[in-house]
Amino acid sequence: MLEVEGVSKRFGGFVAVDAVSLTVAKKQIAAVIGPNGAGKSTFFNLITGHLRPDAGRVVLEGRDITAAPPHRICRMGMGRSFQRTNIFPQLTVFENVQAAYIAHRGRGTNFWASSAALYRDETTALLQQVGLADKANEAASALSHGNQKQVELGIALACDPEILLLDEPTAGMSAAETRDSIKLLQHLAEKFGLTLLFTEHDMEVVFSIAEKIMVLHQGRVIAEGTPDEVQRNAEVRRIYLGERK
Amino acid sequence: MTRPLINRIPWTLIVFLVLLPVPFLGSRFYTFVATDIVILSLFATSLNLLLGTTGLVTFGHAAYFSIGAYTTALLMKNLGFPFLPSWIAGGLMAAGFALVFGFFCVRLTKIYFAMLTLAFAQIVWAICFKWNDVTGGEQGLPNVPYPGLDWMEVLPLIGDLRVSDKFYYVALALVALCYAALRRITLSPFGRVLTVIRDNPERAQFIGVNVRLYELAAFMVSGAFAGLSGALFGIFNRGVFPDFAFWTKSAEPLIMTILGGMAHFWGPAVGAAALILLNQQITSYTEYWPFVLGGVLIVLLFVFPGGIVGTLTKLGRRIGGRDA
Repeated sequence: MLEVEGVSKRFGGFVAVDAVSLTVAKKQIAAVIGPNGAGKSTFFNLITGHLRPDAGRVVLEGRDITAAPPHRICRMGMGRSFQRTNIFPQLTVFENVQAAYIAHRGRGTNFWASSAALYRDETTALLQQVGLADKANEAASALSHGNQKQVELGIALACDPEILLLDEPTAGMSAAETRDSIKLLQHLAEKFGLTLLFTEHDMEVVFSIAEKIMVLHQGRVIAEGTPDEVQRNAEVRRIYLGERK
Repeated sequence: MTRPLINRIPWTLIVFLVLLPVPFLGSRFYTFVATDIVILSLFATSLNLLLGTTGLVTFGHAAYFSIGAYTTALLMKNLGFPFLPSWIAGGLMAAGFALVFGFFCVRLTKIYFAMLTLAFAQIVWAICFKWNDVTGGEQGLPNVPYPGLDWMEVLPLIGDLRVSDKFYYVALALVALCYAALRRITLSPFGRVLTVIRDNPERAQFIGVNVRLYELAAFMVSGAFAGLSGALFGIFNRGVFPDFAFWTKSAEPLIMTILGGMAHFWGPAVGAAALILLNQQITSYTEYWPFVLGGVLIVLLFVFPGGIVGTLTKLGRRIGGRDA
């Protein structure tokens, strides 16, 4: 599904991501973890086209997408959510998701029809899925943080993704919100047959749903494998899980 | 989900009908002011497609206003073209230049975008100012003819009016058509994509929007309507002059839009009316008009950041006691 081959990124003299490779199989749920500054977000930005790698390749379903512009990568079936909530604040919840349908399905070139009823059924159904049906007409900026994350998920899903990249999907959430949103994610992944790749610092979340975990530290991969393997890895325990010698 | 009532009212038609009797109020001056407002409100509303809808701040909108004005004036005065094709040509020429200038502008963001629009506008101004053979240079193009309006004689009531009153009707009808078109564009799927870019360009890319391309399209459409309004203004003004392209002319629609409220489709039009009426009133009392204008703007920005229309809708909602 997604193959990342030895991507690197340098900012000045600082190597943020150093020859990182990762393969995610179809319908797999994979996580990238690592301490702050490990290069997780940079790694994501390299995959999604926001940054151009200095070396390496990114291949999505057999197609080389290295350094393709984000809007093209999105159309190839990669959805993404962001670490800091990233929605369209002045639009209503309905309009947020509807806009994603319009944009992703290439209807934005129509400047003469009315947009009011466009994709209304799809949008309403999707809002139901992500649990926002009752908030459709509220301004997105007025929602709680947890609800905004749901909006963001709705936007990502409207783009009909095969694979969803989630950068810290539960960042800033309460324990209850985290539990709910993880349940929701799992449910949606199953329902839509999605492949998930996410970063997270809540270990409970990671080990509860990830099938494959990659650990980054200072831009390098220090471990990769099933949750069990990673948990047993001595180096991971030392630098990441906080066990001191 | 039904559309709120307020969106279903055909505002363009209502405003058009309300403005129809102006020439019958009996004063040449009223018609003059009304024509001024109608034409310049289109200029401001065209700017708001960029400012309020797409979130792009431009300091160089006068470029397209003046290109439309010069094109139409040259065609009518020097080549003897009839009005309607000349007017449309003015819009198309402005759109063409907006496409070329915009191609470079959308490569930059925020203040750099704004500065580049200003730079292009100043280039246009310099050309208008110096190219004596075509634009008349500093002297401009005086005596732009009125359109042939003899056909209006058959119309009841209007047939007997002065030519400036008849031209008011031409301008009103054409501007109303432009408003209808701009409104449609704003509410279309294309318009929705523009609002998405305004709200969050980074996220817009990741729902599959080619942000630069859409910004360029908005820039071109906006330039076209600015050109159409400039073309009408040149005729109304009985002449086209280089200061149509000067940067202070670019500030006018910006002030109108901020005064009226850029979050609302009708904000710029209300702002245009308010600015021009205020100007007329205050200049008859004092020569310190810019001082008053500055004061009004400061109060507005701090106390009513949504502009006139923004403040009114907020009030309306509070009185109506409903969330919309």
